[in-house]
Amino acid sequence: MNTATLQAQDSAGLSAGTPLLLEIKDLYVHFDVYGGTLKVLDGVNFTVRSGEKVGLVGETGCGKTTTMKAILRILPMPPARIPGGEIYFKGQDILKMGEADLRRVRSEGISMIFQDPTAALNPVFTIGQQLEAVVKYSLEGKKLSRREIRERAIIPLREVALPDPERMLDSYPIQLSGGMRQRVCIAMALVASRELLIADEPGTSLDVTIQDQILRLLHRLVEEKNVSVILITHTLGVVRETTDRVYVMYAGNMVEAADTRELFARPMHPYTRGLMDAVPRLTGGGIAGGIRGRIPDYLDPPPGCRFHPRCDHAMDICRQEKPPFYRLSDNHEVACFLYRDGG
Amino acid sequence: MKLITFITRRIIHSVFVLFGLSIVIFVISRVMPGDPARMAVGARAPQWVVDNLREQMHLNEPLYVQYYYWLRDALHGDFGISLVTRRQVADDIKEFFPATFELALFAGVIMGGAGIFLGTVSARHKDKWIDNFVRVISYLGVVTPAFVFAILFLLLFGMTLNWMPTMGRISAGLSRPPVVTGLITVDALLAGDFATLLDALWHLILPALALAMGGMAQEARITRSTMSDNLTKDYIASERSLGIPEKVIMRKFLLKPSLIPTVSILGLDFAATLSNAFLVELIFNWPGISRYGINAMLRKDLNAIAAVILILGVVFIVVNILVDIVVAQLDPRIRLAPGRGE
Repeated sequence: MNTATLQAQDSAGLSAGTPLLLEIKDLYVHFDVYGGTLKVLDGVNFTVRSGEKVGLVGETGCGKTTTMKAILRILPMPPARIPGGEIYFKGQDILKMGEADLRRVRSEGISMIFQDPTAALNPVFTIGQQLEAVVKYSLEGKKLSRREIRERAIIPLREVALPDPERMLDSYPIQLSGGMRQRVCIAMALVASRELLIADEPGTSLDVTIQDQILRLLHRLVEEKNVSVILITHTLGVVRETTDRVYVMYAGNMVEAADTRELFARPMHPYTRGLMDAVPRLTGGGIAGGIRGRIPDYLDPPPGCRFHPRCDHAMDICRQEKPPFYRLSDNHEVACFLYRDGG
Repeated sequence: MKLITFITRRIIHSVFVLFGLSIVIFVISRVMPGDPARMAVGARAPQWVVDNLREQMHLNEPLYVQYYYWLRDALHGDFGISLVTRRQVADDIKEFFPATFELALFAGVIMGGAGIFLGTVSARHKDKWIDNFVRVISYLGVVTPAFVFAILFLLLFGMTLNWMPTMGRISAGLSRPPVVTGLITVDALLAGDFATLLDALWHLILPALALAMGGMAQEARITRSTMSDNLTKDYIASERSLGIPEKVIMRKFLLKPSLIPTVSILGLDFAATLSNAFLVELIFNWPGISRYGINAMLRKDLNAIAAVILILGVVFIVVNILVDIVVAQLDPRIRLAPGRGE
C-alpha cells in the first residue's frame, strides 16, 4: 500500500502532484519496560503534503503522540526504541539524520504543540527566557543582539493575542492561566517560521470555552502563515471543520485514511464506525453507543488485526493476518479484510 | 514577595525557634543525673566547697529562676565558666568553633560540587558503565560512616603514601595569621600569606573529604534521580523539539529545576556535618567544637554543653534560611506561590 499516491480533495486545491512534506513508512516503536517490550507502533504509514491539514484521531493510548514524538525524535530513548521504519521530511530520513540536520528540522521545519501546556513549559524559567532561547538558537538567531532577540520574542506573543506581552516575557508559567499557557506554547512553536505544525490535542487539558478559543486561534494562525498541520484530537467535529484529510489510528496501526468529507460520509472500518457512533447527537436518542472492550495490552498484542477482539465482524483471517491497506477509491483507504474484494 | 520581606520574616520566625531551643537545652542540661557542682570540684573536695559552688551557680533556686539567670547571661555572650577547661565557655567556643566551621565549609563545598557533578554525569549516561560506577560509589558513601573514611584516608594518604599531613590545622613550623574570622584559610588570604593558605588547605583536604563522603553520595543520588526524572518531562521534549541544542538544555533548562531537591538536602547535610565531625576531628587531631562538645557531654560540663548546642542550633537555623532563599531563587513556584504575601 502507499498513501503517498492518495488523491487529495479537490476543494483543498491539492493534487497528487503536490510534493510530500512528510512521509512515515512502516514505523515501529517499542518500549522496553520491566516485564517485557511494549510493542506500541506496529508499522505506521502516514503522509502529509505541503499545505495540507491532516487530522489524526483515535482513542487515548493508541500511539498518536508516540508517532508524533518519533517524528521529532523526542521519544525518551531508552525506554523507547525504533526497531524499524523511515520518516522522510522533504525527502530526508529524520531517523538517519546527524545532530546538525536534526536541529535544522527542529528549528525551521517542524514544531509541536503539546497536549498539556503546564507540562510543556519549564516551570523555573520565565516565558521570556524560554521564548528567547528558541529565537536565539533558531537559524537566524545567531546574528541577533540580545535586544533584537527580545523584540523578536514579543512578536509571537502579540500574534497569539496575549495581553501585555512585555510583561508576559517576565512572567513564570505558574502566573498564567491554562489558556494563556497554551497560547505561549503556540507562540513558541510559531516564533520561527515552520513548514509543519503538529498540534497534539491542543485543547484537551483546557476547559471547553478556552479550548474553542485556542482552536480558533490556531486555525487563524495556520491560515495566515500557510503552514501544514497535523491535528490530533478526540473531537470529531473539529476534524470535520478544520482538516483536509483524516487518519484513524487504532492500537499502533493506521486503520483508515480518507479525505475528511469522504470519511464522514462513508466510514468503512468497523473501528471508525464505532468512533462515529460514539459521538452524542444533538437530535437525542439517549446515551451514545461505545465500542466494547478496551485498547489491547501492548506487552502481548493480539495477533493479526489488533482490533479483532473488539470487532463484531471478526473473521478467521483477522486473527491470523494483519490486514493491508485496501484502496476503495482515489481518496479512501482502509485496513480491513471486510474490503479485500474492493468493498 | 520581596526577598527582604522573606528574610525578615524568616529571622523573626527563628527567634522563636531559638527561644524554644534554649528552653529545651536548659532543661536537658539541668535534668541530667549527677551534681554538676560536685563534678566540677572533684570527689575529694569538702562538702562546704560544693555547697558554696551550688550557691554561686544558683543551683539551689527553682528551675525557672535558674533559666532566667542563664538566659540573661547567655544573651550577653556569657555562658559561664567551663567546668573542665576552667575558662570562659565563650572563649572556648571562639577558639574551637571556627576550626569546625572551616572544616564543614570545605566539606560542604565538596559535597555540593562533587555530588552535583557526579549526579549530572550519572543522569546523562544513565545505565551506562559510568552511571553504575557512580551508583556503587554512592551506595558505599551512604552506608559508610565518616570515621571509616577518615581512618582509611589517614592510613593511605597520610601514613602509607605519606602525601598529606595528618594532624591539626596547620604545620607546626608556621605561625597562624592574625585572627580575623578564625578560619585559617580566610585569615591567611586576608593577610596575603599564601604559603600559610596552601598549608592550611593541604591540612583541610583529608578531613573535609572524609566528612563530605556521605553527603556527596547523597547529593549525587538525589541529583541523578531528579535529573533522569526531569529528562522525561514534556518541557524537555518541547525544548528539544524547538531546536534548542542539547548542551544548552542540559546545562540550563534541565539543571536548574533538578537542583531544587539537592540544595534542600545539601543544607541539612552541611548542618549535620558540624555535629558529625566528632570522630573525624578526633582522628585528625582537629581542635574543633564537635570534639569539645562531646568531651563536655562526657564530663557533664553543663555550661559548655548548653553553649555548644545553642551555637549549633543557630548555625542550623541560619543554614536553613540560606537554603530557603536559594531554593526560592531557583523555584518561582515557591517564590510566587499564592498565600505567601505580595
